[in-house]
Amino acid sequence: MLVVAPALAARLATSEGGFEAPSLDDFFPPAFAFNGSNFFELNRLSLVRIIATVLLVLVLWLGARAMRVVPGRGGNLFEMAVGFVHNSIAGDVLGPKASRRYLPLLATIFFTVLAMNITGVVPLLNIASTSLVSMPLLLALVAFIAFIAAGIKEHGVKGYFASALFPKGPPKLIYIILTPIEFLSTFVLRPATLTIRLMANMISGHFLLVAFFSMTNYLLIGAAWTLKGVSVLSFGAALAFTAFEIFVAVLQAYIFTLLTSVYISLARESH
Amino acid sequence: MITAAGAPAGIGLFIPPLYDIVLSVACLAVIAFVVVKKVVPTYLTVLDERTAKIEGGLRKAAEAEAQIAEERALAAAQLEQAAADAARAKQEARQDAEAIVADARRKASAEAERLLAAAQAQIAADTKAAEVALRADIGSLATELAERIVGEALTDSALAGRVVDRFLDELSSGVAPTGGERP
Repeated sequence: MLVVAPALAARLATSEGGFEAPSLDDFFPPAFAFNGSNFFELNRLSLVRIIATVLLVLVLWLGARAMRVVPGRGGNLFEMAVGFVHNSIAGDVLGPKASRRYLPLLATIFFTVLAMNITGVVPLLNIASTSLVSMPLLLALVAFIAFIAAGIKEHGVKGYFASALFPKGPPKLIYIILTPIEFLSTFVLRPATLTIRLMANMISGHFLLVAFFSMTNYLLIGAAWTLKGVSVLSFGAALAFTAFEIFVAVLQAYIFTLLTSVYISLARESH
Repeated sequence: MITAAGAPAGIGLFIPPLYDIVLSVACLAVIAFVVVKKVVPTYLTVLDERTAKIEGGLRKAAEAEAQIAEERALAAAQLEQAAADAARAKQEARQDAEAIVADARRKASAEAERLLAAAQAQIAADTKAAEVALRADIGSLATELAERIVGEALTDSALAGRVVDRFLDELSSGVAPTGGERP
């Protein structure tokens, strides 16, 4: 927390009673360590990401240790979470056998996205590190490689790309239009949409929360006394959106993982 | 230490800086390591173990059930056997009782016949003796009557009738006609 304190203090100083509109600058705070180093520069979001990773690893480790044939409360809860990825995401899409094989990949994606999303509503952290492009892009790349690998494993290199780019059925002339479309949708739009969907959701969530909390701050302290009552409304909205952001954090993790398994399933089944 | 920073413009928003990529890869690698090496293997092991335990439990339950059914069948067979034994014993006892009763009845009836035969023989002997005595009596009586009739001057038929009547009266009153009237 020590490193966050100056930034927090600076923020409090500038926002005393004023309305600070959220902006994209929020996601690119100044670096506080290794400044200028291409590899190790750290800023507020880097730190939030590291904290999320450490806490997630801790939870995963303790959860794995608590899992038993006859589980206790913690083990049961953690097993439900892994079981949700295994049964509700992978199992329904990939079937019982493949869902076991792809569970490590899908569970990694699910827990990573969830942990890095949820920091957006955690007090003091207050930002989701998935709102920077690097994390969603990396995860989308992993998903991208995973479904291509699944397709190649199932049909061979030639077999997979032939089935992906030249689906059987239409007359030969149609391929002039169809093949570019298929290429675009499968190999460009899939990773792009995975990245942007997650990133945009987290950015907009942060904007909403900052807007309502900042508005409350302004209405309560800075605004004329006739307006102070409205701060109750804006604070209520801020709380409601906090709850909504928790839901979105889980939902986006679910969607990202579900789409990854759907892409893998499509690559395996294509012929 | 803190230097100014700001959002990159345009497409720059979608091109991550190198340090961000490094950190993302590092974080993802750490998480993936824990999930792949620890969480998923533990989860699948626990799941399989539980499945095996449940299957084993179900099999054991089925075996126990079969054993119970077997034992129950055995008990039922034994019960049936016992019932059959009891029935046979009862039957034998009844037969024995019938035999004993029949024997006793036969013996009693033989005894009765014997007693009857003895009584009849006794009666026959008595009758015979009575007949002999009676015959001797009748002979002497008839002789006496004849003497009396002859003795009373056979001329008086009224007298003869009276004598006969008196004789008969004496006979019926059980008194042996004596020679009171005898001349």
